[in-house]
Amino acid sequence: MRIPEQVNRLAIVIGVLAALTLVTRFVLIPRSLVSTDLHWAAATQREAIKPVKFAGSTACQDCHEDVALKKAKSFHRALSCEGCHAPAARHADDPTAVKPPAPRDRKFCPVCHAYDPSRPTGFPQINPTAHNPLKPCVSCHNPHDPVPPKVPRECAACHGQIERSKAVSSHALVACTTCHKAPEQHRRSPRSALPSKPETRDFCATCHGQGTAAAGAPKEAPKVDVAAHGGRNLCWECHYPHLPEGRL
Amino acid sequence: MNKREFLKGAIVFFPAGGALAALARQAMGKETGSAPAKDANGKKGYDPASHFYGMGVDIDKCIGCNRCAVACKAENDVPDEPFYFRTWVERYTIARDGEVVVENISLGARETTTQDAREIIRTFFVPKLCNHCQNPPCVQVCPVNATFTTADGAVIVDAERCIGCRYCIQACPYGARYLHPTTKTADKCTFCYHRLVKGLQPACVEVCPTQARIFGDLKSRASRLVRFRRLNKIHVLKPQLNTEPKVYYANLDGEVR
Repeated sequence: MRIPEQVNRLAIVIGVLAALTLVTRFVLIPRSLVSTDLHWAAATQREAIKPVKFAGSTACQDCHEDVALKKAKSFHRALSCEGCHAPAARHADDPTAVKPPAPRDRKFCPVCHAYDPSRPTGFPQINPTAHNPLKPCVSCHNPHDPVPPKVPRECAACHGQIERSKAVSSHALVACTTCHKAPEQHRRSPRSALPSKPETRDFCATCHGQGTAAAGAPKEAPKVDVAAHGGRNLCWECHYPHLPEGRL
Repeated sequence: MNKREFLKGAIVFFPAGGALAALARQAMGKETGSAPAKDANGKKGYDPASHFYGMGVDIDKCIGCNRCAVACKAENDVPDEPFYFRTWVERYTIARDGEVVVENISLGARETTTQDAREIIRTFFVPKLCNHCQNPPCVQVCPVNATFTTADGAVIVDAERCIGCRYCIQACPYGARYLHPTTKTADKCTFCYHRLVKGLQPACVEVCPTQARIFGDLKSRASRLVRFRRLNKIHVLKPQLNTEPKVYYANLDGEVR
Protein backbone atom coordinates (compact mmCIF):
# COMPACT_ATOMS: atom_id res chain seq x y z
CA MET A 1 0.00 0.00 0.00
CA ARG A 2 1.28 3.46 -0.92
CA ILE A 3 1.05 6.27 1.66
CA PRO A 4 -0.15 9.51 0.06
CA GLU A 5 2.44 12.33 -0.11
CA GLN A 6 0.37 14.79 1.98
CA VAL A 7 0.12 12.30 4.83
CA ASN A 8 3.91 12.05 4.95
CA ARG A 9 4.26 15.83 5.07
CA LEU A 10 1.62 16.07 7.77
CA ALA A 11 3.47 13.42 9.78
CA ILE A 12 6.68 15.46 9.60
CA VAL A 13 4.88 18.61 10.81
CA ILE A 14 3.26 16.70 13.69
CA GLY A 15 6.60 15.15 14.55
CA VAL A 16 8.33 18.56 14.67
CA LEU A 17 5.52 19.99 16.82
CA ALA A 18 5.76 17.05 19.21
CA ALA A 19 9.54 17.44 19.44
CA LEU A 20 9.16 21.18 20.11
CA THR A 21 6.63 20.49 22.86
CA LEU A 22 8.96 17.98 24.50
CA VAL A 23 11.95 20.34 24.28
CA THR A 24 9.91 23.20 25.78
CA ARG A 25 8.56 21.02 28.56
CA PHE A 26 11.79 19.32 29.60
CA VAL A 27 14.55 21.74 28.50
CA LEU A 28 13.29 25.30 28.20
CA ILE A 29 10.97 25.41 31.23
CA PRO A 30 13.15 25.48 34.34
CA ARG A 31 12.79 22.44 36.59
CA SER A 32 11.82 24.57 39.56
CA LEU A 33 8.59 25.49 37.77
CA VAL A 34 7.37 21.95 37.25
CA SER A 35 9.02 19.97 40.02
CA THR A 36 7.55 20.33 43.50
CA ASP A 37 10.66 18.67 44.94
CA LEU A 38 12.90 21.61 44.14
CA HIS A 39 10.72 24.40 45.44
CA TRP A 40 9.68 22.36 48.44
CA ALA A 41 13.33 21.78 49.28
CA ALA A 42 13.99 25.50 48.90
CA ALA A 43 11.04 26.37 51.15
CA THR A 44 12.17 23.84 53.75
CA GLN A 45 15.63 25.36 53.66
CA ARG A 46 14.22 28.89 54.10
CA GLU A 47 12.22 27.64 57.07
CA ALA A 48 15.25 25.92 58.59
CA ILE A 49 17.48 28.99 58.60
CA LYS A 50 15.06 31.27 60.47
CA PRO A 51 16.65 32.72 63.61
CA VAL A 52 16.08 31.05 66.97
CA LYS A 53 14.83 33.29 69.81
CA PHE A 54 14.64 30.78 72.68
CA ALA A 55 18.11 29.49 73.50
CA GLY A 56 16.85 26.49 75.54
CA SER A 57 17.50 25.70 79.21
CA THR A 58 20.71 23.81 78.50
CA ALA A 59 22.24 27.01 77.15
CA CYS A 60 21.36 28.80 80.42
CA GLN A 61 22.96 26.06 82.53
CA ASP A 62 26.36 26.58 80.94
CA CYS A 63 26.82 29.90 82.76
CA HIS A 64 24.19 29.93 85.54
CA GLU A 65 25.07 26.60 87.06
CA ASP A 66 24.31 27.69 90.65
CA VAL A 67 20.75 28.67 89.83
CA ALA A 68 20.28 25.58 87.66
CA LEU A 69 21.39 23.28 90.51
CA LYS A 70 19.09 25.01 92.99
CA LYS A 71 16.15 24.92 90.61
CA ALA A 72 16.77 21.26 89.74
CA LYS A 73 15.85 20.28 93.32
CA SER A 74 12.88 22.61 93.67
CA PHE A 75 9.20 22.45 92.76
CA HIS A 76 10.06 24.58 89.73
CA ARG A 77 12.51 21.99 88.36
CA ALA A 78 10.45 21.38 85.22
CA LEU A 79 10.20 25.06 84.33
CA SER A 80 12.22 26.49 81.50
CA CYS A 81 14.32 29.53 82.41
CA GLU A 82 12.95 31.42 79.43
CA GLY A 83 9.36 30.82 80.50
CA CYS A 84 9.81 33.57 83.11
CA HIS A 85 12.88 35.43 81.80
CA ALA A 86 11.64 35.82 78.19
CA PRO A 87 13.46 34.52 75.08
CA ALA A 88 17.19 34.83 75.66
CA ALA A 89 19.04 33.62 72.55
CA ARG A 90 20.48 37.12 72.10
CA HIS A 91 21.62 37.11 75.74
CA ALA A 92 23.29 33.72 75.19
CA ASP A 93 25.12 35.11 72.15
CA ASP A 94 26.28 38.27 73.89
CA PRO A 95 25.80 37.96 77.68
CA THR A 96 26.97 41.48 78.58
CA ALA A 97 25.08 43.53 76.00
CA VAL A 98 21.61 42.00 76.36
CA LYS A 99 20.15 41.20 79.78
CA PRO A 100 16.95 39.17 80.05
CA PRO A 101 14.24 40.65 82.26
CA ALA A 102 13.28 39.17 85.64
CA PRO A 103 9.60 39.67 86.44
CA ARG A 104 9.21 40.82 90.05
CA ASP A 105 5.72 42.29 90.20
CA ARG A 106 2.61 40.61 91.52
CA LYS A 107 1.08 40.27 88.08
CA PHE A 108 3.44 37.60 86.84
CA CYS A 109 3.25 34.66 89.26
CA PRO A 110 -0.60 34.57 89.24
CA VAL A 111 -0.43 33.83 85.51
CA CYS A 112 0.08 30.26 86.68
CA HIS A 113 -0.81 30.39 90.38
CA ALA A 114 -4.06 32.38 90.52
CA TYR A 115 -7.05 30.25 91.41
CA ASP A 116 -8.91 29.07 88.33
CA PRO A 117 -11.59 26.37 88.45
CA SER A 118 -10.34 24.93 85.14
CA ARG A 119 -6.86 24.24 86.52
CA PRO A 120 -6.09 20.67 87.51
CA THR A 121 -6.80 19.70 91.12
CA GLY A 122 -3.73 19.86 93.32
CA PHE A 123 -1.95 22.56 91.37
CA PRO A 124 -0.89 25.24 93.90
CA GLN A 125 -3.23 28.19 93.46
CA ILE A 126 -3.91 31.36 95.46
CA ASN A 127 -6.43 34.16 95.46
CA PRO A 128 -4.25 37.12 94.45
CA THR A 129 -6.54 39.69 96.09
CA ALA A 130 -6.51 37.96 99.49
CA HIS A 131 -3.01 36.48 99.50
CA ASN A 132 -0.75 39.06 101.18
CA PRO A 133 -1.91 41.92 98.97
CA LEU A 134 0.65 44.54 97.90
CA LYS A 135 3.63 42.33 98.74
CA PRO A 136 5.66 41.13 95.74
CA CYS A 137 5.73 37.32 95.54
CA VAL A 138 9.55 37.23 95.68
CA SER A 139 9.57 38.75 99.20
CA CYS A 140 8.32 35.40 100.60
CA HIS A 141 8.90 32.84 97.80
CA ASN A 142 12.17 32.36 95.96
CA PRO A 143 11.09 31.64 92.38
CA HIS A 144 14.08 29.34 91.87
CA ASP A 145 13.12 27.32 94.97
CA PRO A 146 9.50 28.10 95.86
CA VAL A 147 8.31 26.60 99.13
CA PRO A 148 4.68 26.44 100.18
CA PRO A 149 3.73 27.92 103.57
CA LYS A 150 4.55 25.60 106.42
CA VAL A 151 1.95 24.08 108.75
CA PRO A 152 2.39 20.92 110.83
CA ARG A 153 2.35 18.18 108.26
CA GLU A 154 0.30 15.83 110.40
CA CYS A 155 -2.72 18.16 110.38
CA ALA A 156 -2.42 19.38 106.79
CA ALA A 157 -2.38 15.85 105.49
CA CYS A 158 -6.09 15.50 106.23
CA HIS A 159 -7.26 19.05 106.89
CA GLY A 160 -5.94 20.54 103.66
CA GLN A 161 -8.84 22.92 103.19
CA ILE A 162 -8.33 24.41 106.66
CA GLU A 163 -4.61 24.59 106.02
CA ARG A 164 -5.09 26.51 102.80
CA SER A 165 -7.49 29.07 104.25
CA LYS A 166 -5.35 29.52 107.37
CA ALA A 167 -2.21 29.96 105.28
CA VAL A 168 -3.58 33.14 103.70
CA SER A 169 -5.14 34.50 106.90
CA SER A 170 -3.62 36.61 109.66
CA HIS A 171 -3.47 33.38 111.71
CA ALA A 172 -0.99 31.90 109.21
CA LEU A 173 1.79 31.75 111.79
CA VAL A 174 -0.38 30.33 114.59
CA ALA A 175 0.34 26.61 114.77
CA CYS A 176 -2.58 24.21 114.80
CA THR A 177 -1.38 22.92 118.19
CA THR A 178 -1.71 26.38 119.75
CA CYS A 179 -5.48 25.97 119.79
CA HIS A 180 -6.02 22.22 119.34
CA LYS A 181 -4.58 19.45 121.50
CA ALA A 182 -4.70 16.33 119.35
CA PRO A 183 -4.29 13.02 121.20
CA GLU A 184 -1.84 10.62 119.58
CA GLN A 185 -4.71 8.24 118.84
CA HIS A 186 -6.35 10.87 116.60
CA ARG A 187 -3.70 10.22 113.97
CA ARG A 188 -4.33 6.50 113.87
CA SER A 189 -8.09 6.53 114.28
CA PRO A 190 -9.38 10.06 113.75
CA ARG A 191 -12.99 9.65 114.90
CA SER A 192 -12.26 7.69 118.05
CA ALA A 193 -10.30 10.53 119.68
CA LEU A 194 -11.13 14.06 118.63
CA PRO A 195 -8.75 16.97 119.16
CA SER A 196 -9.76 19.63 121.65
CA LYS A 197 -11.18 23.01 120.69
CA PRO A 198 -10.96 26.22 122.74
CA GLU A 199 -14.15 26.28 124.82
CA THR A 200 -13.89 29.58 126.64
CA ARG A 201 -13.77 33.23 125.64
CA ASP A 202 -10.69 33.56 127.81
CA PHE A 203 -8.69 31.45 125.37
CA CYS A 204 -8.96 33.98 122.53
CA ALA A 205 -8.39 36.72 125.09
CA THR A 206 -4.84 35.48 125.66
CA CYS A 207 -4.02 37.30 122.41
CA HIS A 208 -6.99 39.53 121.73
CA GLY A 209 -7.88 40.70 125.28
CA GLN A 210 -6.96 44.07 126.73
CA GLY A 211 -4.46 44.75 129.51
CA THR A 212 -2.58 42.11 131.44
CA ALA A 213 -4.55 39.21 129.96
CA ALA A 214 -2.71 39.58 126.66
CA ALA A 215 0.68 40.55 128.00
CA GLY A 216 2.81 38.22 125.85
CA ALA A 217 0.65 38.51 122.73
CA PRO A 218 1.81 40.04 119.45
CA LYS A 219 1.11 43.77 119.29
CA GLU A 220 -0.65 43.66 115.91
CA ALA A 221 -3.38 41.30 117.16
CA PRO A 222 -6.61 43.35 117.38
CA LYS A 223 -7.64 43.93 121.02
CA VAL A 224 -11.18 43.91 122.42
CA ASP A 225 -12.71 44.14 125.86
CA VAL A 226 -13.66 40.48 126.17
CA ALA A 227 -16.13 41.02 129.00
CA ALA A 228 -18.16 43.58 127.04
CA HIS A 229 -17.69 42.28 123.44
CA GLY A 230 -20.13 39.81 121.96
CA GLY A 231 -22.50 39.13 124.86
CA ARG A 232 -22.83 35.45 125.76
CA ASN A 233 -21.57 34.07 122.41
CA LEU A 234 -18.32 32.18 122.13
CA CYS A 235 -15.73 33.86 119.88
CA TRP A 236 -15.89 31.26 117.10
CA GLU A 237 -19.65 31.61 116.83
CA CYS A 238 -19.03 34.94 115.02
CA HIS A 239 -15.34 34.77 113.97
CA TYR A 240 -14.00 31.83 111.95
CA PRO A 241 -10.61 31.25 113.59
CA HIS A 242 -8.99 29.74 110.46
CA LEU A 243 -9.79 32.84 108.40
CA PRO A 244 -10.68 35.63 110.84
CA GLU A 245 -10.86 38.28 108.10
CA GLY A 246 -13.35 36.29 106.10
CA ARG A 247 -17.09 36.87 106.30
CA LEU A 248 -19.14 33.92 107.46
CA MET B 1 -3.27 2.17 6.30
CA ASN B 2 -5.10 -0.93 7.37
CA LYS B 3 -6.15 -1.88 10.86
CA ARG B 4 -3.18 -4.22 11.44
CA GLU B 5 -0.58 -1.53 10.68
CA PHE B 6 -2.38 1.06 12.79
CA LEU B 7 -2.38 -1.27 15.82
CA LYS B 8 1.29 -2.13 15.25
CA GLY B 9 2.18 1.57 15.23
CA ALA B 10 0.16 2.23 18.36
CA ILE B 11 1.87 -0.63 20.22
CA VAL B 12 5.28 0.86 19.42
CA PHE B 13 4.32 4.52 20.02
CA PHE B 14 2.73 4.48 23.49
CA PRO B 15 5.41 2.51 25.38
CA ALA B 16 8.02 4.77 23.76
CA GLY B 17 6.25 7.82 25.25
CA GLY B 18 6.22 6.14 28.65
CA ALA B 19 9.93 5.40 28.42
CA LEU B 20 10.65 9.05 27.56
CA ALA B 21 8.69 10.25 30.60
CA ALA B 22 10.54 7.77 32.81
CA LEU B 23 13.88 9.06 31.49
CA ALA B 24 12.86 12.64 32.27
CA ARG B 25 11.85 11.65 35.80
CA GLN B 26 15.13 9.89 36.34
CA ALA B 27 17.10 12.93 35.20
CA MET B 28 15.20 15.10 37.69
CA GLY B 29 15.73 12.63 40.49
CA LYS B 30 19.48 12.83 39.99
CA GLU B 31 19.36 16.56 40.44
CA THR B 32 17.35 16.66 43.69
CA GLY B 33 18.26 13.54 45.60
CA SER B 34 21.48 14.18 47.46
CA ALA B 35 23.06 12.80 50.62
CA PRO B 36 22.80 14.89 53.82
CA ALA B 37 25.49 17.55 53.73
CA LYS B 38 28.11 17.86 56.42
CA ASP B 39 28.41 21.17 58.24
CA ALA B 40 31.52 23.22 59.01
CA ASN B 41 32.44 21.21 62.13
CA GLY B 42 32.47 17.98 60.16
CA LYS B 43 29.42 16.90 62.19
CA LYS B 44 26.85 14.98 60.24
CA GLY B 45 24.11 17.37 59.17
CA TYR B 46 20.45 17.11 59.91
CA ASP B 47 18.84 14.31 57.90
CA PRO B 48 15.07 14.85 57.66
CA ALA B 49 14.46 11.31 56.43
CA SER B 50 15.55 9.80 59.74
CA HIS B 51 12.98 11.72 61.79
CA PHE B 52 9.21 11.84 61.97
CA TYR B 53 7.95 14.36 64.48
CA GLY B 54 4.77 14.54 66.50
CA MET B 55 3.52 16.16 69.66
CA GLY B 56 1.74 14.90 72.75
CA VAL B 57 -0.57 17.00 74.91
CA ASP B 58 -1.63 15.92 78.39
CA ILE B 59 -4.91 17.73 79.15
CA ASP B 60 -4.67 16.91 82.87
CA LYS B 61 -1.44 18.85 83.17
CA CYS B 62 -2.42 22.04 81.33
CA ILE B 63 -2.92 24.94 83.74
CA GLY B 64 -4.01 27.41 81.07
CA CYS B 65 -1.16 29.84 81.72
CA ASN B 66 -0.95 30.65 77.99
CA ARG B 67 2.87 30.70 78.06
CA CYS B 68 2.91 28.48 74.96
CA ALA B 69 0.92 30.93 72.87
CA VAL B 70 3.06 33.84 74.09
CA ALA B 71 6.31 31.97 73.39
CA CYS B 72 5.08 30.95 69.93
CA LYS B 73 4.36 34.55 69.02
CA ALA B 74 7.81 35.62 70.21
CA GLU B 75 9.63 32.82 68.41
CA ASN B 76 7.82 32.93 65.10
CA ASP B 77 7.01 36.63 64.65
CA VAL B 78 3.28 35.96 64.69
CA PRO B 79 1.43 39.31 64.53
CA ASP B 80 0.75 40.79 67.95
CA GLU B 81 -2.98 41.24 67.49
CA PRO B 82 -4.70 38.82 69.84
CA PHE B 83 -6.54 36.95 67.09
CA TYR B 84 -3.53 35.60 65.16
CA PHE B 85 -2.29 32.28 66.51
CA ARG B 86 -0.17 29.36 65.57
CA THR B 87 -1.05 27.76 68.88
CA TRP B 88 -3.70 28.73 71.41
CA VAL B 89 -5.45 27.40 74.53
CA GLU B 90 -9.17 26.75 74.84
CA ARG B 91 -11.15 26.54 78.04
CA TYR B 92 -13.93 23.98 78.00
CA THR B 93 -16.72 24.40 80.54
CA ILE B 94 -19.37 21.70 80.69
CA ALA B 95 -22.49 22.59 82.63
CA ARG B 96 -24.92 20.34 84.46
CA ASP B 97 -27.48 20.68 81.69
CA GLY B 98 -24.94 19.48 79.12
CA GLU B 99 -24.21 22.90 77.66
CA VAL B 100 -20.58 23.17 76.52
CA VAL B 101 -18.90 26.57 76.43
CA VAL B 102 -15.57 26.89 74.62
CA GLU B 103 -13.52 30.03 75.17
CA ASN B 104 -10.18 30.84 73.58
CA ILE B 105 -8.25 32.13 76.59
CA SER B 106 -5.37 33.24 74.37
CA LEU B 107 -7.68 35.95 73.03
CA GLY B 108 -7.34 38.01 76.16
CA ALA B 109 -7.43 38.08 79.91
CA ARG B 110 -10.66 36.62 81.18
CA GLU B 111 -9.97 35.61 84.76
CA THR B 112 -12.58 32.90 85.15
CA THR B 113 -15.39 31.45 83.18
CA THR B 114 -18.62 33.36 82.73
CA GLN B 115 -20.82 30.53 83.91
CA ASP B 116 -22.32 30.02 87.36
CA ALA B 117 -19.76 27.99 89.30
CA ARG B 118 -22.42 25.72 90.85
CA GLU B 119 -23.70 24.66 87.45
CA ILE B 120 -20.28 23.48 86.17
CA ILE B 121 -19.58 19.77 86.28
CA ARG B 122 -16.28 19.70 84.38
CA THR B 123 -13.90 22.38 83.24
CA PHE B 124 -10.39 22.11 81.79
CA PHE B 125 -7.99 23.62 79.29
CA VAL B 126 -7.14 22.22 75.86
CA PRO B 127 -4.02 23.51 74.08
CA LYS B 128 -4.51 23.47 70.32
CA LEU B 129 -2.17 23.79 67.38
CA CYS B 130 -1.73 22.47 63.85
CA ASN B 131 -2.12 18.70 64.06
CA HIS B 132 0.46 18.11 61.30
CA CYS B 133 -1.82 15.47 59.80
CA GLN B 134 -0.39 12.58 57.89
CA ASN B 135 -3.32 13.00 55.52
CA PRO B 136 -3.64 16.79 55.51
CA PRO B 137 -6.74 18.35 53.89
CA CYS B 138 -4.95 21.70 53.58
CA VAL B 139 -2.25 20.18 51.38
CA GLN B 140 -4.83 18.47 49.17
CA VAL B 141 -6.68 21.69 48.36
CA CYS B 142 -3.70 23.99 47.70
CA PRO B 143 -3.94 24.93 44.00
CA VAL B 144 -0.26 25.90 43.69
CA ASN B 145 1.42 23.22 45.83
CA ALA B 146 2.59 25.91 48.26
CA THR B 147 1.91 23.82 51.34
CA PHE B 148 3.39 20.39 51.80
CA THR B 149 4.62 17.82 54.29
CA THR B 150 8.36 17.71 54.87
CA ALA B 151 10.18 14.39 55.11
CA ASP B 152 10.27 14.73 58.90
CA GLY B 153 6.52 15.14 59.16
CA ALA B 154 5.96 18.89 59.51
CA VAL B 155 3.32 20.53 57.33
CA ILE B 156 4.73 23.89 56.26
CA VAL B 157 3.84 26.72 53.89
CA ASP B 158 6.08 28.13 51.19
CA ALA B 159 5.31 31.82 51.62
CA GLU B 160 6.95 32.67 48.30
CA ARG B 161 4.65 30.38 46.37
CA CYS B 162 1.44 30.92 48.35
CA ILE B 163 -1.05 33.10 46.49
CA GLY B 164 -3.18 33.77 49.57
CA CYS B 165 -6.34 32.17 48.20
CA ARG B 166 -7.38 30.97 51.69
CA TYR B 167 -8.53 27.52 50.47
CA CYS B 168 -6.31 25.82 53.05
CA ILE B 169 -7.67 28.02 55.85
CA GLN B 170 -11.16 26.86 54.92
CA ALA B 171 -10.08 23.24 54.53
CA CYS B 172 -8.35 22.86 57.90
CA PRO B 173 -10.82 21.16 60.24
CA TYR B 174 -8.86 22.34 63.27
CA GLY B 175 -8.79 26.05 62.44
CA ALA B 176 -5.02 26.03 62.70
CA ARG B 177 -4.27 28.41 59.82
CA TYR B 178 -4.61 32.15 59.41
CA LEU B 179 -3.80 34.68 56.72
CA HIS B 180 -0.73 36.67 57.70
CA PRO B 181 -1.77 40.34 57.54
CA THR B 182 1.51 41.66 56.11
CA THR B 183 2.64 38.92 53.74
CA LYS B 184 -0.98 38.06 52.80
CA THR B 185 -0.05 34.40 52.72
CA ALA B 186 -1.33 31.48 54.76
CA ASP B 187 0.65 30.96 57.96
CA LYS B 188 0.63 28.14 60.48
CA CYS B 189 2.55 26.16 63.07
CA THR B 190 5.71 24.61 61.65
CA PHE B 191 6.62 22.63 64.82
CA CYS B 192 9.27 25.40 64.99
CA TYR B 193 11.06 23.76 62.08
CA HIS B 194 14.07 26.08 62.41
CA ARG B 195 14.53 24.79 65.97
CA LEU B 196 14.09 21.11 65.10
CA VAL B 197 16.93 21.15 62.61
CA LYS B 198 19.18 22.50 65.36
CA GLY B 199 18.10 19.79 67.80
CA LEU B 200 15.97 22.15 69.92
CA GLN B 201 12.38 21.67 70.99
CA PRO B 202 9.55 23.86 69.69
CA ALA B 203 9.18 27.07 71.70
CA CYS B 204 5.81 26.08 73.20
CA VAL B 205 7.24 22.80 74.49
CA GLU B 206 10.33 24.59 75.77
CA VAL B 207 8.37 26.98 78.01
CA CYS B 208 5.47 24.74 79.12
CA PRO B 209 5.80 24.85 82.95
CA THR B 210 3.91 21.61 83.63
CA GLN B 211 5.21 19.48 80.74
CA ALA B 212 1.69 19.30 79.37
CA ARG B 213 3.26 19.35 75.91
CA ILE B 214 5.62 16.57 74.89
CA PHE B 215 7.57 16.68 71.66
CA GLY B 216 9.40 13.81 70.06
CA ASP B 217 10.44 11.71 67.15
CA LEU B 218 8.12 8.84 66.27
CA LYS B 219 10.97 7.04 64.49
CA SER B 220 13.14 6.92 67.61
CA ARG B 221 12.23 4.32 70.19
CA ALA B 222 13.81 6.40 72.95
CA SER B 223 11.86 9.58 72.28
CA ARG B 224 9.66 11.17 74.92
CA LEU B 225 6.70 11.10 72.57
CA VAL B 226 6.93 7.34 72.09
CA ARG B 227 7.06 6.93 75.87
CA PHE B 228 4.10 9.32 76.20
CA ARG B 229 2.12 7.22 73.74
CA ARG B 230 3.01 4.05 75.62
CA LEU B 231 2.07 5.32 79.08
CA ASN B 232 -1.17 7.17 78.27
CA LYS B 233 -4.48 6.45 76.68
CA ILE B 234 -4.21 8.42 73.48
CA HIS B 235 -6.80 10.13 71.38
CA VAL B 236 -6.64 12.58 68.48
CA LEU B 237 -8.97 15.41 67.48
CA LYS B 238 -11.72 14.57 64.96
CA PRO B 239 -10.52 11.04 64.12
CA GLN B 240 -13.63 10.54 61.98
CA LEU B 241 -12.14 12.82 59.32
CA ASN B 242 -9.25 10.39 58.65
CA THR B 243 -6.73 13.21 58.72
CA GLU B 244 -4.44 11.05 60.87
CA PRO B 245 -3.17 13.85 63.13
CA LYS B 246 0.28 13.65 64.73
CA VAL B 247 -0.75 15.69 67.77
CA TYR B 248 -1.75 13.10 70.35
CA TYR B 249 -3.95 14.01 73.30
CA ALA B 250 -3.95 12.16 76.62
CA ASN B 251 -6.96 12.37 78.95
CA LEU B 252 -9.02 14.07 76.28
CA ASP B 253 -12.67 14.68 77.15
CA GLY B 254 -15.31 13.49 74.71
CA GLU B 255 -16.74 16.99 74.42
CA VAL B 256 -13.56 18.39 72.86
CA ARG B 257 -14.04 19.12 69.20
